[in-house]
Amino acid sequence: MNIPRIVGAGLVVIGAGIGIGKIGGSAMDAIARQPEASGKIQTAMLIAAALIEGIGFAALFAVAEQ
Amino acid sequence: MLFPLRINKFVVALCTAAIFVSGYANPVDSVQAKYEHAVENAAMSTATAGGTVNKEESKGIREKIREHIDHHLLDTHDFIFFSDEETGKHYGFSLPVIIWDEGLHMFSSSKFEHGHAVVESNGKYYKLYHEKIYRTDAEGNLDMHHGHPTNVRPLDLSITKNVLMMLVVAAIMFWLFTSLAKSYVKNGGISKGAGRFFEPIVLYVRDEIAIPNIGEKHYKKYMSYLLTIFFFVWFLNIFGLTPLGVNVTGNITITFGLAILTFLITNFTANKNYWGHIFWMPGVPLPMKIILAPIELLGVFIKPFALMIRLYANIFAGHIVLMSLVGLIFIFKSWLGSSLSFMLSFAISMIEVLVALLQAYIFTMLSALYFGSAVEEHHHEEAHH
Repeated sequence: MNIPRIVGAGLVVIGAGIGIGKIGGSAMDAIARQPEASGKIQTAMLIAAALIEGIGFAALFAVAEQ
Repeated sequence: MLFPLRINKFVVALCTAAIFVSGYANPVDSVQAKYEHAVENAAMSTATAGGTVNKEESKGIREKIREHIDHHLLDTHDFIFFSDEETGKHYGFSLPVIIWDEGLHMFSSSKFEHGHAVVESNGKYYKLYHEKIYRTDAEGNLDMHHGHPTNVRPLDLSITKNVLMMLVVAAIMFWLFTSLAKSYVKNGGISKGAGRFFEPIVLYVRDEIAIPNIGEKHYKKYMSYLLTIFFFVWFLNIFGLTPLGVNVTGNITITFGLAILTFLITNFTANKNYWGHIFWMPGVPLPMKIILAPIELLGVFIKPFALMIRLYANIFAGHIVLMSLVGLIFIFKSWLGSSLSFMLSFAISMIEVLVALLQAYIFTMLSALYFGSAVEEHHHEEAHH
């Protein structure tokens, strides 16, 4: 029940959520502009989302309780 | 057909998908017995205990669930499929224990009797505590310090559950792809049967992962490693979702091994441009070069480290969430709560299947990206006077 840890974990998840949300949003805009490039855009979006999620998880494990 | 075809397909798909959730149905024996026991107690002592009995029995279920989750996530020296709590019988088989401790000791893990017995081997005594082997004296005393034993641990090279699963997956992959290759020879360049499913995937790894990232000239050297990593991680992730209770990629030591392989291959097949970009990057003013060099050197180590953490955390967290939700089914004893928990855990299982494939793809794609940066040719700078 360590409050700073819990708050820290919540902040990490907010950061990861905002990052991936922004990427998803720009990916949607780009696909709307040019539907024929949707394959490449989807690939790039998944890579960026995975990188951000990686950082998010690493930070979560750093704040997790032993 | 009794039902129209589309309903049949839906039912079949639903049953197939429910296999994933049934894997965690093991606590039915133990939790059911405990629940009935608790209900008996509650009925007998409603007059005296009053409202406290409910909390006790739910705590018992929570402990059981936690124990079951631990058993699923940790690596064990024997392969237990399920155990009956009432009779105490375990259904499974024990695996060989191989220890190096001033001499080689080999014995079957059934001698440990699930952590109760002390095993004597060539004059040394060993005891199992939370699935770790410690060297003890003849009575099996463990010197505890803050809840952890401080005895000496021998070098443990045993065939544990994870090692066995990796060998099984390796054998499956070997058989699958050699028979796929042979089917090409037999059928004159066209694959039949199961090959039809794997051929587009192999071509996808080559055309969308290897060639765009590594380039036409050098991709062939890395194709075997990329294909192996992709299918290895994918099959192991899928095995983690089955009722067998194996959790290979959710173990940080195994993802550490995979990340180390990517690290070694990147750095040992790199050309001069790669090291140039790290230590003495072209086209950057001198003070910036000196500042960026240590950061880039750190990046060489952090990139495989992130690979390891990403795969481990995704799979491990997924398992914990899924099993906690299935445990929730047993904590809610009402029709509404349990069925809602079941549907939620079913939905999360479907997401976990997607995550299994996605994490394999991401691991392969990032490895290909790092290989590409290692063999990149020198680009002429744009601003040439």
